Amino acid sequence: MSAESDTSSSPPGVPADATPIRPAIVFVNVFLIATCGLIYELLAATLASYVLGDSVTQFSLVIGIYLSALGVGAWLSKFVRADVARVFVEVELVVALLGGTAAPVLFLAFARVGAFSLLLYSLVFAIGVFVGLEIPLLMRLLENRLTFKDIVARVLAFDYIGSLAASILFPIILVPRLGLVRTSLLFGLLNASVGLWSTWLLGPLIRRGATGLRIRAFLLIALLAIGFWKANALTSLSEEGLYADDVVYARSTSYQRIVVTKGKSGFQLFLNGNLQFASADEYRYHEALVHPAMLAHPNPRHVLVLGGGDGLALREILKWSCVESVTLVDLDPGMTELSSRFPPLAELNGHSFADPRVSVVNRDAMIWLAEVQESFDVAIVDFPDPNSFALGKLYTTRFYGLLRARLAPGATVGIQCTSPLFARTSYWCIVRTLEAAGFIARPYQTPVPSFGVWGFVLARLEPFDVPVVAPEGMRFLNDEALQSMFRFSADMKPVEVEINRLDNQALVRYYEQEWKRWD
Amino acid sequence: MGLGAWTRRDLLASFLAAPVAAAACRGGAAVPPLPPGELAGPSFELGHRLRDGFRPEPAAEAWDDVPVVIAGGGVAGLAAAWRLERAGFERFLLLELEPESGGTSRAGQSGVVAYPWGAHYIPAPLKEDRALVALLDEMGVLEGRDARGEPIVAEQFLCRDPEERVFHRGRWYEGLYLNAGASDDDLYQYGRFVAEVRKWIAFRDGRGRRAFGLPVAAGSDDADVISLDRMTMADWMGERALTSERLRWYVEYACRDDYGSKLEQTSAWAGLFYFCSRVGGLDDAAQPLVTWPEGNGRLVAHLAGVAGPRVRTRAAVTDVRVAADGRRLEVVAWDAKTDTAFGVRCDRAIVATPGHLTRRIVASIRDGYSPDRPAPAYGAWMVANIHLSDRPKLRPGNFPMCWDNVLVESPSLGYVVATHQTELDRGPTVLTYYYPLTDSNAREGQRRLLSAGRDEWAEVALSDLSMAHPDVRELATRVDVMRWGHAMVRPEPGAVWDDARRRAAAPIGGVHFAHTDLSRIALFEEALAHGVRAGEEVLAALGFRVEALAG
Ligand SMILES: Cc1cc2nc3c(=O)[nH]c(=O)nc-3n(C[C@H](O)[C@H](O)[C@H](O)COP(=O)(O)OP(=O)(O)OC[C@H]3O[C@@H](n4cnc5c(N)ncnc54)[C@H](O)[C@@H]3O)c2cc1C
Repeated sequence: MSAESDTSSSPPGVPADATPIRPAIVFVNVFLIATCGLIYELLAATLASYVLGDSVTQFSLVIGIYLSALGVGAWLSKFVRADVARVFVEVELVVALLGGTAAPVLFLAFARVGAFSLLLYSLVFAIGVFVGLEIPLLMRLLENRLTFKDIVARVLAFDYIGSLAASILFPIILVPRLGLVRTSLLFGLLNASVGLWSTWLLGPLIRRGATGLRIRAFLLIALLAIGFWKANALTSLSEEGLYADDVVYARSTSYQRIVVTKGKSGFQLFLNGNLQFASADEYRYHEALVHPAMLAHPNPRHVLVLGGGDGLALREILKWSCVESVTLVDLDPGMTELSSRFPPLAELNGHSFADPRVSVVNRDAMIWLAEVQESFDVAIVDFPDPNSFALGKLYTTRFYGLLRARLAPGATVGIQCTSPLFARTSYWCIVRTLEAAGFIARPYQTPVPSFGVWGFVLARLEPFDVPVVAPEGMRFLNDEALQSMFRFSADMKPVEVEINRLDNQALVRYYEQEWKRWD
Repeated sequence: MGLGAWTRRDLLASFLAAPVAAAACRGGAAVPPLPPGELAGPSFELGHRLRDGFRPEPAAEAWDDVPVVIAGGGVAGLAAAWRLERAGFERFLLLELEPESGGTSRAGQSGVVAYPWGAHYIPAPLKEDRALVALLDEMGVLEGRDARGEPIVAEQFLCRDPEERVFHRGRWYEGLYLNAGASDDDLYQYGRFVAEVRKWIAFRDGRGRRAFGLPVAAGSDDADVISLDRMTMADWMGERALTSERLRWYVEYACRDDYGSKLEQTSAWAGLFYFCSRVGGLDDAAQPLVTWPEGNGRLVAHLAGVAGPRVRTRAAVTDVRVAADGRRLEVVAWDAKTDTAFGVRCDRAIVATPGHLTRRIVASIRDGYSPDRPAPAYGAWMVANIHLSDRPKLRPGNFPMCWDNVLVESPSLGYVVATHQTELDRGPTVLTYYYPLTDSNAREGQRRLLSAGRDEWAEVALSDLSMAHPDVRELATRVDVMRWGHAMVRPEPGAVWDDARRRAAAPIGGVHFAHTDLSRIALFEEALAHGVRAGEEVLAALGFRVEALAG
């Protein structure tokens, strides 16, 4: 602390008569810094619960660490012997810097830094210490101007009012309107402004170098303002504007851009800007995708998942105790690692990547299929929609031919096939392509609110009856739901289509045409 | 870096369009360093020595005895060997000049993918090309026949969609004909051109043959058809008032791509052959393309595998002559490994070397037995294999990377992507960049080809591609360069339907001939057909009765 080494001749404290500072205005300071302080705490707790999951633990940990840090700060304040006003301004600027950049720094760090929780808690502690210094220092500045009981009464009152303001503003206005990153920067700005105007307010008490302090404050304000202005670019979460909810994770792997957002209704995962699932209703999708194929097989023991790096199909498959092994083939190690390590996702998929029955292969499914020798009882195919030529190949007769070669006798296949309502031609193109590859295909569909009406196919190489009895313990799938999925309304009935082959990629072209209409 | 005697600006101005040179040299000094790489064959030296009369004589003990010798291990020589093997005849020796067989269809291999050094595709054959159908059947490329008996190529060997795109004024478009920005007149002329092509596709001569067949020998020699060989493609288009610039670009692209020649240098017969011969059956649909990462390297690897140890590489045939006894033949060759000559006495020889070398190797031709064999003209080509650490960035609004990627404003043909057929759509790859030297004077083209070395050609290729892919220099980890001095025969007017061409393929004594040059167009089908025919001639001479795959 710079004050400790300050060897100025004056005794501790401030001369009583020297300065005409106005206590009333100092209380405005108290109010503002109290608001800022609580906002930082709330930001850290929210962010921790977004990215580390388990909000109860995260909130109580962050609050505990923050409060104890406040205590440490308050205790440290006694070592500030001289130049209290100047130290106060400096503390303001430090808080502005740490608090203002907290959210952007944490978001940026999450994708890159290994010991993320350590960084998070250290930051919370540091902010707490400096915020803890603020009020004691202010109180000492008022020391000889008001009576002790007045100081305590008013400072604490404004402190608590400020906290109330923060706790109301934060959930109602700040998070929904500004998001975490901008909120953080905004309150950093406010803190820095308090620092700046205090150089005038407490001007007479600041001995030397008020100009230097002001320059630093201005620089900091400029920095934070630019950050606020360019919040998107700064956080590299330039898509923040594209998503309705807060972006809590964003990373570009060599294969795709992975973004996780968090809002009132839960998490959403986006790959290259396309929604993959919303935690609120993904159970409908994944129960529909997985269980019909599992039901159609008398004894599924070895299961293959192609795509499905989010682990949600895995979760459904692992509910079947007869399953002995599941091989999941997903191109992107960035995706499967995220799903196994990112707590909110890992919780959602029931930590399925930790199940000893599961093995993960990070390869291109098409190339992998052509190379392996194993065969499987059930295959679940869960690729992103065919919106590029690189994905379109995963829906061709060639691909299904390769898959066919890896199926044990009697094997069943469940495939996600885009929407039979929004992309009707694409849907039937996939169905007919499967048939052209020698499968018997049973189309089915079900509404998934985040997506709309969604389509799947249940397929087998031998003739079969579709299952009519749902498994126990499903959230969505009961007998009625299972049976009605295989019925199609008039607006989703089959249309004439070309077969999708590697050398025509008919599906990609259909898909592009159809979704263009809805964008 | 070493651009030898060139300045960068002169080099680029000489080999690329002026605006490319200007753009590349803008801003002056900072020339990014070239990635490493080397100059790959072929060996020019021997060609030059043969021309200068190099005719070594083997020592008396350096003679061997084999019933059949094949000189040259390109498609034609390997096909001859394959035909002999198919008939169960294995007592032959194939002598190949280079360390590797394959000729202009050979391929290379990186840690990521195999890539072509020359020929990169064939159209799916129609049933009339029995030799090619038999070969593809043997390789497991066909999965049956359709209702009309036409062979069905398995999906994974067909060129994967999207097949081609063109780069024009800063943007990639799907397809080869530039529809974007075409005027009504452009489209009208394009329609007229298509109608002319359709007419020739529908044509059948008195014997029911199509106007243009693959191989050429399967097509018609009707007067109407061969009269097309007396004019240039430029004249043919002029006569029909086909003046649309983008149509002329499109048709010329086809000529440059297949023959390395411009409209003014290409016979109209050959120009139309490109559009009409690869069209199947009743529906006029173009035959799909068959390709592999290493292009036709896959085909020659199969053929070479069949010939196995009977192929001897780094053995340059210098003389094929009648032995002193007047009955047997003597083949003399130079072993580049030991720098000594050796000889083989045989009953039959198949000379499958390019025409310009055949004239110097075969004694009877040298000695004027067949003085009216005209020397065909050859176009020179440069091929660069550019290894990339990742795919170039695709700018929004551009059509994504295809198998064939063509640059409209460039004298090059653009590039093919080796990983396209592997399904690997991300990460490292190899681009094969083709640059035909279309100089009217073929010798001038060869001189220009050789005036630039590895560094110069690498610089040309990267500067050219930078127009479409500004990041290509950062991505390039290696650029290897091949200079094909006699890359392809040119089907100049009069070359194809000249009686001399037919005579050139006829055996002289026990010497038989095979090479794509004998068709005056450079194609796998032609090389294969000549090799198979020569093989069958030899089998017949040796008393084998085989069912003909050829012609
Ligand atoms: C850049 C390029 C691209 C092409 N692209 C295509 C394509 O896409 N599709 C297609 O069908 N065709 C293509 N071609 C045409 C190609 O030339 C033919 O397909 C075919 O490879 C010709 O085979 P060949 O055996 O007739 O001749 P070559 O390939 O010329 O084979 C002759 C062989 O003889 C050897 N040789 C020469 N002299 C001697 C000697 N004295 N002793 C021993 N051996 C000797 C040579 O080394 C060579 O191996 C391309 C050609 C080039 C150059």
